[in-house]
Amino acid sequence: MVGDNTSLLKLDRHVRGYSMTGAFAEADILVSIRDLTFSRGTRKIFDGVNLEIPRGKITAIMGPSGTGKTTLLKMIGGQLRPHHGSVTVDGRVVHKLRLSQLYELRKRMGMLFQSGALLTDLSVFENVAFPLREHTKLPESMIRDLVLMKLEAVGLRGARDLMPSQLSGGMARRVALARAIALDPLMIMYDEPFSGQDPISMGVLVQLIHDLNDGLSLTSIVVSHDVKETATIADYIYLISEGTVVGQGTPEEIERSDSPWVRQFMHGLADGPVPFHYPASDYASDLLRSRQASQRSSL
Amino acid sequence: MLEPVQKVGRSTLDSLQKLGRANLFLLHVLTGIPDILRRFRLLFAQVYSVGVLSILIIGVSGLFVGMVLGLQGYYVLSDFGAEQTLGVMVAASLVRELGPVVTALLFAGRAGSALTAEIGLMKATEQLSGMEMMAVDPIKRIIAPRLFAGIISMPLLACLFSMVGVMGGYFVGVGLLGVDEGAFWSQMRAKIDFYDDILNGVIKSLVFGVVVTWIAVFEGYDSIPTSEGVSRATTRSVVYAAFAVLGWDFVLTALMFGED
Repeated sequence: MVGDNTSLLKLDRHVRGYSMTGAFAEADILVSIRDLTFSRGTRKIFDGVNLEIPRGKITAIMGPSGTGKTTLLKMIGGQLRPHHGSVTVDGRVVHKLRLSQLYELRKRMGMLFQSGALLTDLSVFENVAFPLREHTKLPESMIRDLVLMKLEAVGLRGARDLMPSQLSGGMARRVALARAIALDPLMIMYDEPFSGQDPISMGVLVQLIHDLNDGLSLTSIVVSHDVKETATIADYIYLISEGTVVGQGTPEEIERSDSPWVRQFMHGLADGPVPFHYPASDYASDLLRSRQASQRSSL
Repeated sequence: MLEPVQKVGRSTLDSLQKLGRANLFLLHVLTGIPDILRRFRLLFAQVYSVGVLSILIIGVSGLFVGMVLGLQGYYVLSDFGAEQTLGVMVAASLVRELGPVVTALLFAGRAGSALTAEIGLMKATEQLSGMEMMAVDPIKRIIAPRLFAGIISMPLLACLFSMVGVMGGYFVGVGLLGVDEGAFWSQMRAKIDFYDDILNGVIKSLVFGVVVTWIAVFEGYDSIPTSEGVSRATTRSVVYAAFAVLGWDFVLTALMFGED
């Protein structure tokens, strides 16, 4: 009976111009993922994922390692095709676009890779200038101004002549961020921006993601498993595990959630719905079997 | 019982699939020709790193190969009193066979392996993926200039190899062993035909240029993006290139010189 009520409520919201998951108004949604299914070999990565990314906000997608968070970003960017379901960005279904249309769409998307993905044979300046040189015919003086503006925004104007190999991990990510905003995109996708950073560069990145989102009125998608940092800047959080969305809401809602899985993830408990042990046969019989085997080989 | 048969089947299917991927890849690279014509700078940079930087190894190897040919040829030919044809022998073997083939093998080791490792590492460090996300096609921006640089460089390097080789043969034959200088050059000029010998050699090296560079860039692009994957791809690149060069050399020689 209760279930009926909620579905009626959802239907009602849908009719009144709310989205399918019911969290945001239809017009506010930039990216919408419907019923997404994707598998690698026999392993199902996504099994009916539904989620929506609101415009102008920072949305976090969190979950344990290996749940396909990066795969999800690659689908939004059109580098992978879903096996079932759809990914819509700004009203257009990504995997139905022709290559030229997809490239047009990508010019308005920035993506920050985990490694930074800077071009190692170009200096910091040339890396940030790369998208400008490839896609615009701006005069050299204007490219210089734009690059310096972007580098100033991430605090690395002084590092423009360094090569990527001379940068620390955190600096490389900031340069990659400057490059991602070079073409003034609609949205930026961050792939694990905090992993492997010391506390100071972590703080810098948290601040930058927040400030750039507000200052440039971007839409940000942050994929991460760093709970604390992500929760401080995210407006909305999706938790993904084993191919489905297991929890969603504002950071406060997630914090208050009584789902055991969400609690285990958010508080980093060693054991819970996600077991400490990798699935294995019975411990005692496993040990006995190895003893039998060694006896046989010694005979 | 059936397992070995299944294994053979699986590896055959895998190889066929890879061959298919390699061909589609080549077609995709060819769509990058207009971009190269518009941006010569990218091509020049690659011709420098693939071709110009290989000049030293090609030149030195050519010199020694020519010198050895001069020595060996002299000992055989002088038995018949035919040492005056030494120039013909040295030049013909270089221009027809050794020039294109040895250059291609050295090129695969010097430039091909470097291309494979470079592209494989760019893939492993997400640089290619990052470029795609910046709406830049890495096949057109990275692969196409490298492939065409290889195709342009190979015939030039092969010509250089043959030229230096002839000088080496001259140095040993005329300078050290006392073959008559006039006979050395005049016999060579009389017997070496521009179309039959030199042009065919250039065509051979052009084919080798396509094959070796294609294998190198494809192996890099198709490598598994880990350190082990890149190292394997680099090995495969050199080994496959060597096989392909020797195999194609036989086919081309049969086609070019078979009828006489």
